[in-house]
Amino acid sequence: MGAPIRVLIAKPGLDGHDRGAITLAMGLRDEGMEVIYTGVRQSVDNIVRTCSQEDVDVLGLSLLSGGHNYYFPKILDLLKQNGLDHILVLAGGIIPDEDRQALKDKGIAEIFGPGSSISEIADFIRSHVKGGRP
Amino acid sequence: MNRDLEGLIADAYSGVESSLGRLMSLLENDESSVLPVLAGVPQRPGRSGKACRIGITGPPGSGKSTLIDRLIGVIRAQGLTVGVLCVDPSSPLTGGAVLGDRIRMERHYGDAGVFIRSMASRGSLGGVSRAVGAAVDLLDACGKDVVIVETVGVGQEGIEVTKLVDVTVLVLAPGWGDNLQSMKAGILEVADVVVINKADLGTGDLATVITEILALGQGKKKPLVVETQALNDVGIEELYGALERLREKRAASQDRAGGSRLLNNDGRDVVFRQPPS
Ligand SMILES: Nc1nc2c(ncn2[C@@H]2O[C@H](COP(=O)(O)OP(=O)(O)OP(=O)(O)O)[C@@H](O)[C@H]2O)c(=O)[nH]1
Ligand SMILES: [Mg+2]
Repeated sequence: MGAPIRVLIAKPGLDGHDRGAITLAMGLRDEGMEVIYTGVRQSVDNIVRTCSQEDVDVLGLSLLSGGHNYYFPKILDLLKQNGLDHILVLAGGIIPDEDRQALKDKGIAEIFGPGSSISEIADFIRSHVKGGRP
Repeated sequence: MNRDLEGLIADAYSGVESSLGRLMSLLENDESSVLPVLAGVPQRPGRSGKACRIGITGPPGSGKSTLIDRLIGVIRAQGLTVGVLCVDPSSPLTGGAVLGDRIRMERHYGDAGVFIRSMASRGSLGGVSRAVGAAVDLLDACGKDVVIVETVGVGQEGIEVTKLVDVTVLVLAPGWGDNLQSMKAGILEVADVVVINKADLGTGDLATVITEILALGQGKKKPLVVETQALNDVGIEELYGALERLREKRAASQDRAGGSRLLNNDGRDVVFRQPPS
């Protein structure tokens, strides 16, 4: 019985809708994970800092309003600068097909569109979290 | 392994937050192998034992996190640094948890003087998880001037947090009067300060019940009763002032604050090391 996987769900950018993020948080809790939710409109710096303080295994980024090509690479870079590139970074929300590959190349592990189920996301997390918990 | 761990401790002492975050996970996940190394933390020369330790407990939704958010504001205005540990309940069915306290403190996210860590209770009863005692020591050793612990909402259970902190605050809100009467006797007495939060909603029933219950416990040490409106930032400086005075008194009388908290052998509880006489 390993320690629970820790997940941070963060919403960068300007949109203030967090229904989807909260549903995901509760769904992953029901899958046995410890989920930290930090609220809407988070800055890149604050998201990465929360990753440090909370020592999460997974960062789920939720973004509905566009801006993924701006925010996601910045977050990935800052994670790396802070020695946090072991964190599995997932993206959710509406991301156009033509942008997906570029984001994955930059280090987003997977992109889950609006139709994705919680169990699909949870299974992905369980099979990709590196090395398990200490 | 131990050399890695010592490196992490050194980094955490020098302010690397990801190292401090990782150490907290090790405390939560890997007690048996990390505790022997971390046992040195409560005696960091020149540093350990200095933090003012505040425990915040009380029923769900009474305003604990909002109150902590406001206390952080007062503490930071004095130029002091603060570490916060927020404990939320784990689901007994799945072991999962949503850790949502920190969202109430979001205006401090960018402040380098504030370190916030969320912890799930992981099956511990009593309002704090097993790692919390050691995590408090760690924040203290890392130089935080004030360490605040928010427990899971307390109902009938005893409040273990009192063993880990210098001063304990019980936060209640209007409408809780009836519940208070049915709570375990003594819940008020273990608190050093009882806060009637959400005083903007009227304090009538609650203030009356508190007065009645306290009147019954003759001779016992009575907690201070303070009214606040955390949401409106009312009464917070007064509360912090009261906490500081209580804590100073404790230190002067060598009551609790004089000794440091050590993990006992199985790492599951804390014991108090008596101050050297
Ligand atoms: N009217 C009023 N509402 C308040 C006050 N303080 C907090 N609240 C509200 O009470 C609700 C719960 O506040 P929290 O700070 O999350 O309470 P908590 O005790 O930390 O809750 P749990 O951690 O879930 O047990 C929120 O909606 C707050 O905005 C206050 O002084 N007056
Ligand atoms: Mg809370």
